[in-house]
Amino acid sequence: MNDTSLTRTNSQTPTNAAAGQGGDPSVARAALVPPVDIVENDLGITLLADMPGVSKDRLTVRVDGDNLVIEGAAEVAMPQKLEILHSEIRNPYFRRSFTLSRELDTGKIEATLKGGVLRLHIPKAEEARPRKVEIKVA
Amino acid sequence: MYGSFRLAGELFPELARLQQQLDDVFQGGWGPSNIRALSHNGYPAVNVGTSPDTVEVLAFVPGMEPNDLQITIDKGLLSIAGERRGESSKREAETVYAKERFVGKFKRVLSLPEDADPAKVDATFRDGLLHITIAKRESSKPRQISVN
Repeated sequence: MNDTSLTRTNSQTPTNAAAGQGGDPSVARAALVPPVDIVENDLGITLLADMPGVSKDRLTVRVDGDNLVIEGAAEVAMPQKLEILHSEIRNPYFRRSFTLSRELDTGKIEATLKGGVLRLHIPKAEEARPRKVEIKVA
Repeated sequence: MYGSFRLAGELFPELARLQQQLDDVFQGGWGPSNIRALSHNGYPAVNVGTSPDTVEVLAFVPGMEPNDLQITIDKGLLSIAGERRGESSKREAETVYAKERFVGKFKRVLSLPEDADPAKVDATFRDGLLHITIAKRESSKPRQISVN
């Protein structure tokens, strides 16, 4: 296949036949796994993901039941008639998904994207935060 | 093949393994490779291409500010260097579940084709993607020679 773009952003769609069970439509495209840092403290979970070249309009963060999915595609303008000499990232489409647990308040996720780094803060629901339990002396 | 990013292997684990094996062959098993070009799995990942007028270099440097990158060209070698600082944690009582992102100093050196003109370099940075364009020397472009 004659490919003259330095990064290819068309989706390649391998068939879902390999999955054998009708396949999950959201897994149709070959994706790169963005490296993440995940830290938890009393207030919630903070997640940082490297997604270079992804701008806000090409980033999707969604919660599907218990699943958190982050995906984004990078787009770069290149001259015509480009011959690739060395390509370490051929298709800059990133996707990763996580299962969240019940005590995380998915309705209040804060997301920021800066310099290709996505930062998510997923707070714990109020009642799930660690609390001291008062002991009454009878 | 994918630099510091691994391919999500949900549908084709055999294909991913085959790619890995091919990468290993090209890394060092298949004759001489450029002595500076072995950092296939390093940070930053780099794509290089040429067009008739330019040499294009794409470096994937998320989490860097343009001021923190040092880009130099010397004797036909383009080097991209910098330091990526980690997040400083202000709170105690934190549990770290994953720390996959690269942190620290890095430097990648690429050897540019002969016809790249170091005086004509343009670099732009956006969303963690560094795009360097190096124009080729005028004298090295293909020219038609007319026969009298």
